[in-house]
This record gives sequence, structure tokens and C-alpha cells, in this order.
Amino acid sequence: MNRVVITGAGTINALGQDVPQTLEAMREGRCGIGELEFRDVDRLSIKIGGQVKGFDPEAVFNRQQLSLYDRFTQFTLIAGAEAIAQSGLRFDGELAARAGVVLGTAGGGVSTWDDNYRSVYEDGKNRVHPFVVPKLMNNAAASHLSMQWNLKGPSFTVSTACASSNHAMAQAFQIVRSGMSKAMVTGGSESMLCFGGVKAWEGLRVMSRDACRPFSANRNGMVQGEGAGIFVFEDYDHARARGAEILAEVIGYAMSSDAADIVMPSKQGAARAISGALADAGIARDSVGYINAHGTGTAANDKTECAAVADVFGTHADRLMMSSTKSMHGHLIGGTGAVELLACIMALRDGVIAPTIGYEEPDPECALDVVPNEARDARVDVALSNAFAFGGLNAVLALRRV
Amino acid sequence: MTFGQDVETRVKEILAEQALIDASDVKTTDTLEDLGIDSLGLVECIFAFEEEFDISIPFNANEPDKSDFDISSVADIVAGIQRLKAEAAG
Repeated sequence: MNRVVITGAGTINALGQDVPQTLEAMREGRCGIGELEFRDVDRLSIKIGGQVKGFDPEAVFNRQQLSLYDRFTQFTLIAGAEAIAQSGLRFDGELAARAGVVLGTAGGGVSTWDDNYRSVYEDGKNRVHPFVVPKLMNNAAASHLSMQWNLKGPSFTVSTACASSNHAMAQAFQIVRSGMSKAMVTGGSESMLCFGGVKAWEGLRVMSRDACRPFSANRNGMVQGEGAGIFVFEDYDHARARGAEILAEVIGYAMSSDAADIVMPSKQGAARAISGALADAGIARDSVGYINAHGTGTAANDKTECAAVADVFGTHADRLMMSSTKSMHGHLIGGTGAVELLACIMALRDGVIAPTIGYEEPDPECALDVVPNEARDARVDVALSNAFAFGGLNAVLALRRV
Repeated sequence: MTFGQDVETRVKEILAEQALIDASDVKTTDTLEDLGIDSLGLVECIFAFEEEFDISIPFNANEPDKSDFDISSVADIVAGIQRLKAEAAG
């Protein structure tokens, strides 16, 4: 089996329009959640989100591109360009023939569905733009990334709700580790912040009207975000041979299914994914210094996740740090694990632990070190990234400092 | 559908449908737990009440106790709906 390292990272999300801006915001514990701005927002009861603001697609893409790029594809291409530029890889010849793109998204082109349903139902039009289907399909972002960068290997999109990008990155990791390809582009993207997207979530009654406060006793729900996180996963020897900068090493993963309930999380399912990732990576549990939590800020997730971590780590659970950066960028649903992987990279490479902001009251059911409100300097050797999705589908990644 | 008895009848019917029991078996003193309705079932019932009575019920599944809508028993739910209907008509 080959070692797998991350040699490029890119993002756009509510905290920043690239990786340095995002990490700076995480270090400062800045909140990217604010008032939503889009058509018909006044008809929503949930009016906040981690929306990407100050972003003008027309300044980045031309008219022909915009007719094909839903917002989730735009985010993907921006983050992908940053990641691939940082990696310094040029995809041609044998490398290009084997390198592919594996991305996660839960909803795909949600705002394209929304705009066009509005057009035919509300506005009564009988004709839609010819590219509606290629624009909204869940694999559009992966396909455009592959076209733009000449990535001709295995490429596909994974859709497992809130665990989509962790499942996607697990697949890319597996492809490089097994030797199928020397490099893969991977991550996830989501853009559900439009009227129909938020209205659908409102129905579940799990959204907060004011803030995302993971692990805090007074938490009252999740807050949606949007954006993308894209990475270059590369064979370690390949990266070393060309002198590439290595951001972190991916050392293992595990996936599990609760097989229990369509929305309520299961402690056992989460614990099996966490302990499975440790076993796959071949590491002792006390080597883990940081966990980027799923930490949605709902009553159900946070206490279940803390119980699962306590079960897996035993007494070491009291010594490790676990924060939820969703408090800052919101829940990016299918893209969330990708943006959160940046917090793991920051912990391993820079020795800075991103905080859980908005933390106000301890909850005895979440009695772990959640790095409340302020970032912390700490040397971390191994970090985990948790994702536990609706439908009971879980994926946990393990990373190591290089 | 403006009088108390009608609200109670419809609430019992909605709860009974969710609980997969006969409406005549729903007592005003029953709790949701007595009826075997879980949190997801409750969210569906709240939606059904809103649709039936054309009201908006302040309810967050993350903090059901803090919501300004008492779900302790069938009688409390009926009283809450009557209050919201009165406010909506107000």
C-alpha cells in the first residue's frame, strides 16, 4: 500500500474565498454566519446562514460558462484551481490518464432546480434554458473540474448527505493508496442557500434562528452554509520525488451505516466509524490529539457524537480536543467535510486548533474539551474528521502531521 | 372549525393517524409518549396541525421544552392550538 499525502488545498466558503483567508478566520474565531440575501427570503422563518458574500461570478466566469455552471460548480472550480495551483501538478501523459476527480455533494444544482421550477410554475413559462439538466446534475462539478484540468482517470460524485465529501475523499484516498493513480482531486461542494433549499430544511424544525452553538447547553439547531473544499491527494513518493510541499498525510478512513433511523444518529454507528478509522490507520487511540467534530449544533447530534467519542477513546477522550467549525462557516451539508478538513490541516501543520465559537453554557452530555470560543496553540500528531449523515451513513478520516 | 370541540376532535384524529390507532382511543390526558409518537412523528403532527388550522406553531425540535407551544398532553396541544387560532383571528 502506498502512503497518501495532501499537496494542494483550495476553498471558498463564508469565512473566506481561499485557504489563507479561511484559516485566518478560523484562527480568529470569526463567525461567517449572517443574514441571508436572496429572492423571497422574507417568506422564510430561518433567515440566517453561512453565505458566501462579496463573490461576483461574472468577474470570474464568462457568459457561456455561467450558462453551464450552477453555483456549486462555480465554487468547485474556484477551490479546485487554488488546490491544483498549490500542488504544482501538471496533468498530462500517464499521470492525467489515471488521475480523476471524486467529489461529494448532497444537492447538486439546487438553485438551478429552484430557479427553473419558479420559472415554469410561478411565472408560467413553458420553456427553459437548454442546459438546465447538465447544469443541475450532481456530477456537473466533477465533470467540469476534469475537463478544465485534463483529469482522465476514475471520476464520479458521491452523495451521502452530510457525509458526502468524507465519503468522496475516502474513495480518492483508496484510489491513491492502492496504486490505481498517483494523484486524485477530491473534496466536496454545496450550494443550497436559495429559497427552496432553505424552505425544505425549515420543515424538519431542526434549524436555529439565531446561531450555531455546537456542544453548548443552549444550542438550538443547525445553520446552513455553502461553498467548496477541494484537495489534491498524491502518492507520497511521487510528491517527494518532485519536491512538493506536503500539507498533511491521510493515513486511514472508515465508513459505517447505522442501519437504524433515517434522521436520528446512532452512537454505535458513529463509534464504529471512528474506531474503524483508527484501525485502518494502524494507530493507537491515544495518538489522536484533535477531532474535527461533525458538531452540527442540534440536540441529537452533539450528545450522540460526544458519547461515541467517549466510548471509543475511554479516558483519552478527556485529553483530546474536539471542535466544531460549523459554528463559524455553517453546515455545508455535502461539502462540509471538505472545508472542515482544512481545520485538521491547520492543527497538524500549523499547530493551531480552530475553536468552537458561540459556546456559552457547558452541557454535561457534551463534557469534552471543545476548544470553546478561542483558537489554541497545540502540537498535534494525528487528527480525525468526523461526518455523520442523515440516513445513518458515517465516514471518518484520519490524518497525520508530516 | 372554530369551536373547541371541533379542534379537539381533529387533533385527536391527526394524532391517531400518526400513532396508527383509532381516534376514539386517544384520551385528552394522553402524552405523546403514551401514544407512541416519537420526535419525528411529532414534527409531522405539528405540520399537520398547521395545515389543518392555518396557523404557525413555534416549535423547534432541538428544544421542545422551550418552544412556546406546550406538547405535554393532548389537552395542552388542543389549548395551544385554540390560543394560536384566536391570535390569528385576533
